[in-house]
Amino acid sequence: MTRFSLGKYLLPTYVTLTFLFLMIPIAYTFVFSFNDSVKSNIIWRGFTLDNWLDVCNQAEVCSAFGNSLLIAISATAVSTVLGTMIAIALVRYRFKFRSATNLLLFLPLATPEVVMGAGLAAQFLDFGWPKGLPTVIIAHVMFTLSFVVVTVKARVATLDPSLEEAGRDLYANPAQVFMKVTLPLLLPGILAAAMLAFALSFDDFIITQFNSGAVDTFPKFVYTAAARGIPPEANVIGSFVFIVAIAIVITVQVRSSLKRKKLTK
Amino acid sequence: MAFVAFGQSTPQKQQGPTKSGRVALVLLTPGLAYLGLFFITPLISLITTSLKTASASGVIGRYDFALEFGNYAFAIGQYAPQIFRSFAYALIATIVALLISYPIAYFIGVKARNRPLLQGLLLTLVIAPFFISFLLRTFAWKQIFSNDSFIVNLLKDIGIFGADTNIIGTDFAVVFGLVYNFIPFMTLPIYASLDRLDLRLVEAGRDLYANPATTFWKITFPLSLPGVISGTLLTFIPISGDYVVASRDFLGSSSTAMIGNVVETNFLRIQDYPTASALSVMLMATIVVLVSAYVRRSGTDDLL
Repeated sequence: MTRFSLGKYLLPTYVTLTFLFLMIPIAYTFVFSFNDSVKSNIIWRGFTLDNWLDVCNQAEVCSAFGNSLLIAISATAVSTVLGTMIAIALVRYRFKFRSATNLLLFLPLATPEVVMGAGLAAQFLDFGWPKGLPTVIIAHVMFTLSFVVVTVKARVATLDPSLEEAGRDLYANPAQVFMKVTLPLLLPGILAAAMLAFALSFDDFIITQFNSGAVDTFPKFVYTAAARGIPPEANVIGSFVFIVAIAIVITVQVRSSLKRKKLTK
Repeated sequence: MAFVAFGQSTPQKQQGPTKSGRVALVLLTPGLAYLGLFFITPLISLITTSLKTASASGVIGRYDFALEFGNYAFAIGQYAPQIFRSFAYALIATIVALLISYPIAYFIGVKARNRPLLQGLLLTLVIAPFFISFLLRTFAWKQIFSNDSFIVNLLKDIGIFGADTNIIGTDFAVVFGLVYNFIPFMTLPIYASLDRLDLRLVEAGRDLYANPATTFWKITFPLSLPGVISGTLLTFIPISGDYVVASRDFLGSSSTAMIGNVVETNFLRIQDYPTASALSVMLMATIVVLVSAYVRRSGTDDLL
């Protein structure tokens, strides 16, 4: 009996403590975004809102952030389209070279970033392509593609083919079936995949460093700045992105749980 | 999240693929061609680059095609400590992350199963670190552990640390940072496995007078193995190639450099592309061998 009650409190206590531990650097980054720092942002010097109100005081932080957004949006758009097409083909169609296809999609997930980054950079050198915005976007589409496929594939697999059959029985042509039945049903999965691709692209550092040349991204800015101390404006942007992302996740969760409640009623 | 999806084998309840033909080709070709051009051929570029020799023109950063296998011997001779360190760090960090993550995943997937709100909250908390740049998180730990920080001073005052203890730049700091960064990657796939665990099997074990430890090792753990495998791969592979945590501007020092740090320096700073490529090829080859052995042994073929 003692063992039972010990287990009852031990696990929740452990989980709570671990979560507190996980939150420490996030809280630290957030708190130090309000630091009234002069040069380096290491010692707490007092509370200020200046960093938040005037983020672009540090012009490089702002332009790096802008580049990261541009890259993430472009790469997400391309990889979501390509990945969704592959996911549909994998679940719905029979074709030769199926296991080769699976392997080709699995490999990027099992390759260290530094290998993909250096490999692509070596190829750009061989081709004589100068590194810049296009090469970063190319790289980001490459490493996010498989993640999109995995995420959308899970959704396609739960899709009932009889719904599409019903559409065909009602004389809809294939394009209409896709636009009016398949796509709307797949949309939550596609959105989840796009959000994941965006997050991966936005936060990527290693592959980006190898393929971006002089283009600065937010993670690259932080890496370079780390040598002399990261300015509080970087903490502001990090905290801001964090708040937006958490808000999106909570909204999605609340909406889907409300939907579930409606359905069970 | 894909890491969850990655841990599960896709539910294959619906009837198998029925249609075939040109549509599949049209759907597959653009994406697969893309991966061929920007994932496969770069690996070949990496191999050819690793065999190049310095250009006869003598210009720095210029190399000619050759079959210079000596580049590999040079890379191994020069960077053996960094190569060893990468795999040692990755192994230790993966084991520690597994020990820390399993109970969390168990709590979310089994104990919180009938409380969707709590489960949702906990899952959000697990992925929360993903939403703030991992460079900022790692740098936060650097500041927390730096010599004159509040916490380090406190620990020194209590006497846990000697007055001249340095934390930043040690093996401990680097492994600590790696474990921290990869706990979510370990937790999510294990959670995905445990969430689908049929609790009646555990009950059956108990009914047959197995004690909690026996039911765990004979029923729960084996059934969560696919998640454990995905989690360890998703942790071990990125760690073995990481160079941010071990960088001297973050938690490391020159005595904690890993393969990634050497590849970065050689490729991006001193433009020694052949050495950097040789190291990358060896890293990739090791990972491929490890992954295929690991997957075969554990019998999980549908990782995707």
